[in-house]
Amino acid sequence: MDTELILMQLFSGVALGAILVITALGLSIIFGMLGVVNFAHGALFMVGAYAGLWVASLTGSFWWGLLVAPIMIGAFGMIIEFVLVRPLYGRSIDDPLLLTFGLGYVLVEAVRIIFGSDGIPFPTPPQLIGVVDLGVGFFPIYRLFVIGLVILVLLLLWLGLEKTRFGLIVRAGARDPTIMRVLGVDIGKVWLVVFGLGVGLAALGGVLAGPMRSVNPEMGSLVLAEAFVVTVIGGLGSLLGSIVAGLLVGIAISMTALFAPEMATIVMFALMAVVLLIRPQGLFGKLA
Amino acid sequence: MTEGSRNITRQKLSRRSVLAGFGAGASYLAMPWVARAQDEIIRIGFPTPLTGPFAAEARDQVKCAALAVKQFNDKGGINGRKVELLVRDDKLNGGEAATRTLELIEKDKVHAIVGALSSAVQLAVNEVTRARGIIYVSISQSDTINEVKDFSKYTFHEALNPHMTTAAVARHSFKKGNKVAHLVADYAYGHEMLRGFKRAQAQIGAETVGEILHPFGAADYSTFMPRLRSMRPGILCISNFGRDQANSIKQAVDFGMKQQMKIVVPVLLHNQRLAVGPDVYEGVVGGANYYWGLESGNPSAKAFNDAYRDGNRNAIPTDYGAYGYTGVSSLLLAMQAAGGTDTEKVITALEDLKYDVAKGPQQYRKCDHQSVQSVLVLESKKAASMKSEVDLFDIVANEPASTDLLRSCSELGFPA
Repeated sequence: MDTELILMQLFSGVALGAILVITALGLSIIFGMLGVVNFAHGALFMVGAYAGLWVASLTGSFWWGLLVAPIMIGAFGMIIEFVLVRPLYGRSIDDPLLLTFGLGYVLVEAVRIIFGSDGIPFPTPPQLIGVVDLGVGFFPIYRLFVIGLVILVLLLLWLGLEKTRFGLIVRAGARDPTIMRVLGVDIGKVWLVVFGLGVGLAALGGVLAGPMRSVNPEMGSLVLAEAFVVTVIGGLGSLLGSIVAGLLVGIAISMTALFAPEMATIVMFALMAVVLLIRPQGLFGKLA
Repeated sequence: MTEGSRNITRQKLSRRSVLAGFGAGASYLAMPWVARAQDEIIRIGFPTPLTGPFAAEARDQVKCAALAVKQFNDKGGINGRKVELLVRDDKLNGGEAATRTLELIEKDKVHAIVGALSSAVQLAVNEVTRARGIIYVSISQSDTINEVKDFSKYTFHEALNPHMTTAAVARHSFKKGNKVAHLVADYAYGHEMLRGFKRAQAQIGAETVGEILHPFGAADYSTFMPRLRSMRPGILCISNFGRDQANSIKQAVDFGMKQQMKIVVPVLLHNQRLAVGPDVYEGVVGGANYYWGLESGNPSAKAFNDAYRDGNRNAIPTDYGAYGYTGVSSLLLAMQAAGGTDTEKVITALEDLKYDVAKGPQQYRKCDHQSVQSVLVLESKKAASMKSEVDLFDIVANEPASTDLLRSCSELGFPA
């Protein structure tokens, strides 16, 4: 086993981790701010991929799909929050969980009815086809683009949350919504935007995954599991946790793929079990 | 969005036929007296994974099985008895399949079972039918079902088996001195295909430079690519099924593997090729039980395609769909020859049957009940040379039906 291969494997792990981060981020944001466990996350990821494909086929450009679909599905997420999730605030945490769980099934079935259940080709944008030589091995240009975009999105999110007035309100609202209300902030609007943002991120993940995987109605089910594992390892609600855990899981999968490939899927669950035993609140989570 | 609209029409049609099956089953449960009064009807149970990753293939199976039943009924049934297909969703799960099969036998009183799409699920169905003494025509690839351990006189294997598939594919794509790397799904199907390929390689003189087992249903294959490339193979042989095949080929292509090696698969899947497009599959070689393009030189294929087109808005039958047709047809032909549903007589009739319903002559071998049949070797066309939306593959070879492709009866453990 030579060093080049191990380095290449490490890089593949980081790249895979970047994809995991983007899928976990939306889930983590919604839970962190609203306390809602969004079980429709995987389905919204899938709907995002279909929406991206639809917009791309209308406009003839992947880039419009990448830009418009997350906004479109994010707006759809706001409707979900306003119409379905909002009446359940203040009730047990199980209620929104069950609601979104059911919503996931409805979305998958709706896509099956509209687009069929066979899956649809989602070609890689022509500008990003091909591989580059990294010195230690070849890597697809598209995946490098995904890593770059994920870094950009993380940077924007961080700036938005840490450096803007709205970010300040969101952070304060997550800590103590009652005080915010007393201070005259319409916390309902904040939650609306945050839910939309989380759903938009899920859709963005879906559009980005489209050219890497086959697009079909069930493509979100595994993503939901992966996103959960990453958020649980990172600590529910912690953004930094999601990022670190996403990279960690990506590298763990990649290294397992090298030495015991048949275990590559199980390893993330094993990692989660170990983290939960040692630090039940996750790597960056706060104890309730 | 032509792809989308094509899928919508398919979905509606299959849903209707599936509902017809469900409806028929439900009416028996609701009105048990009807079931007794209609003992005349010949009932065929059909468990298949209507939901889950192999749903596309399963729905094609149902459509083609329904076509076979319709053709017999249109001709007046079997000795005047109508035939009915009872479709059940096995959810690609052995336990579910066993339960559904048991229900079909106990509650619906089916006369025979045809179906299953996964090698492991098929063995679960086989356990039940074997114990109950019900005829089972399996239409999913398996090697073990031919072996003496899993054999029962009630079981007939209509599908190709991994041994014959890989033998035919290897014969037309491997050469002496080739270096082959294997990416294999870590369950019965993958293991059996790998074993078949390695056996064929040994005969041809092609070397295995490495093998990687991947978890069933994996979505990302990027982490396997660096190691596969470092093996420096001339051929990358990917033995997995359904969406696993589409995802792994797509990602291998993304990683530029096709520039350095040829991709070979045991079974080149019609629906997966449709799902990821011509560019991804271009040049990939694999086997098949059926391809509609056979019709240019094969009258049975022409007749089958035409009948299917009539009932399905000009669509063409797929590879796994054809299994549903040939499987049900062979059973009904045997029932016709046996003059009814008497199990022992139908078994004898199946063993003696020579049938040619879709792809040329076929016959169940007496010792292991494997259908001896032709194996196609296909190569996926590039987009520019496709004459129509369904013109997917070139037929590289049509390996004629012969026991040469099978393991001998004595090798399988049967007394000579």
